Amino acid sequence: MGRYLWQKTVGFALTALLVSVVTFLIIQILPGDPALLVLGTEGSPQAYQELRGELNLDQPAISRFFGWLIGFFQGNWGSSLRYSLPVRDLLQDAIPLSIRLALFAVGLALLIAIPSGMFMATNRHSPLARILSIGTQMGMAIPQFWLGLLLIQFFAVRLTLLPPGGSEGFISLILPVFTLALPRAAVLTRFVHVGLGEALEEDYIRTAKAKGLPRNIVLYKHALRNGAIEVFTVAGLQFAQLLAGTIVVEQVFGLPGVGQLLLNGVLQRDLPLVQTLVMLIVMGILVFNLGFDLGLALLDPRLRYE
Amino acid sequence: MNNGCPMNRRCWGIISIGLVVLMTLVGYFYTPYNPSQTAVLLRFQSPSLQHPFGTDHFGRDIFSRVLVGGQVSLILGLISVSLGALVGVLLGLWAGFRGGVWDEVAMRLSDGLQALPIILLALLFATVWQSGVAVILWSIALGNIPVFLRLTRNQVLKIKAQPYLEASRALGASDRRMMFYHILPNLRDALLVQFSLSLAGAILVEASLSYLGVGIQPPQPSWGRMLRDAQSFASLAPWGVLFPGFFIALTVIGFNLLGDSWIHRRYR
Repeated sequence: MGRYLWQKTVGFALTALLVSVVTFLIIQILPGDPALLVLGTEGSPQAYQELRGELNLDQPAISRFFGWLIGFFQGNWGSSLRYSLPVRDLLQDAIPLSIRLALFAVGLALLIAIPSGMFMATNRHSPLARILSIGTQMGMAIPQFWLGLLLIQFFAVRLTLLPPGGSEGFISLILPVFTLALPRAAVLTRFVHVGLGEALEEDYIRTAKAKGLPRNIVLYKHALRNGAIEVFTVAGLQFAQLLAGTIVVEQVFGLPGVGQLLLNGVLQRDLPLVQTLVMLIVMGILVFNLGFDLGLALLDPRLRYE
Repeated sequence: MNNGCPMNRRCWGIISIGLVVLMTLVGYFYTPYNPSQTAVLLRFQSPSLQHPFGTDHFGRDIFSRVLVGGQVSLILGLISVSLGALVGVLLGLWAGFRGGVWDEVAMRLSDGLQALPIILLALLFATVWQSGVAVILWSIALGNIPVFLRLTRNQVLKIKAQPYLEASRALGASDRRMMFYHILPNLRDALLVQFSLSLAGAILVEASLSYLGVGIQPPQPSWGRMLRDAQSFASLAPWGVLFPGFFIALTVIGFNLLGDSWIHRRYR
């Protein structure tokens, strides 16, 4: 386990460094002169000089990079140019909202995917399995924002059952969570279906059946347990997609989360804000994946010796 | 899988993509109305014989706009995925064939790129560039490198162990000949599958970005952007939301099914 832990941690650190280099290169080096980019052509010379000072542009790129990186990990996330507030303050309400959204969505996706995938694997030829299979195809193809717009149309405008987003507590999260969860559920259902289907053809399943174990014990205790590792691995990877998806979904439902903040930063060329938010999101994904990998390795010793 | 299934998938895939491509081709030469012609008096017409998909908030014919709106998505998807695939395959061939340090470097680079979801990459580009075609092109191309790199590299490692490669090496084949003449042709099916799935992903990403307002910009009609504009008037004119989204979904389903049908053909 020690070697595995070490490998994973080094991999994590390297990836984190690479991502921060890419982020820094795109935001700070690609535009040539970031201060000119922020101000446009209308800026006065004084404003230009002030901004250069604020962005530390007089220092060489390399020291700016390390200054930013070290600051980032010390929790010094800089200030937004447009809101004139520390990024940390802007995030105070946004982060809990986005995380709640993402976690509910993962939970809901698993809740939908595991039973439907199991059903599809065990009842291949039933009409319901066919319908579920078509449903997963559609779930993977439907653009998330379109799904959100349709759900708003149907449940909020036509039936007036649920609020179309906004911030009225839990009930206003229902539609966004469904929008976020359904496409993920579709992908996961396929993996449960395929993984369980493969597990059911293994020799040990035949043995279990042959010695006369009841069908349910074979299914739940033998097949599902072994198939579960793979499903959870995929579920972990889906989390990254989900965090990216929140950007779109927050826009559809007008939720003031991290995605909304990021998009405003992009449109207003708020370089420090974008740089920090992208880093935060990616670090969130990486830390989650690392914890996830280690957790899985604790559960399944086979994974430690890859 | 039962035997009828792959055929079905393939058929449905071809039908959906065929329909979308046909529409887009027709839209290139002929549309019932000028897609950018505004007519204030005809705003928010519900679907009718004159306007099969209704009209939008400027009185523009939504059917004509849907016909034209796929052009950029399809062409851009094709170019950017090809670009990513080309770079990814070349790097993957090199990494898998050479192994050692090359392999390690390539894999770490691909890890780093993979940690950045394509949408985030695009938002980074959109911060420093003018929103538009370039943002989508580069983010999808870069974002697709890791998938193709990994796929190629893993396949190369498998193929490299085959006796026929040892034989060709013994006959004095050069590295380049082995990579492009003996290994690459064996990757064709796997790459076709991935290409099709990546195209589906690219269409979705482009639509999402255009919806967010950092993708294709207004005078040029695109399905994602049409949805963005229609959202504010959705309770008044739901058809404006319905049709463009339907065609995005149809395109994505088509490419997904085509990719799937290749997988099933291979592993049947």
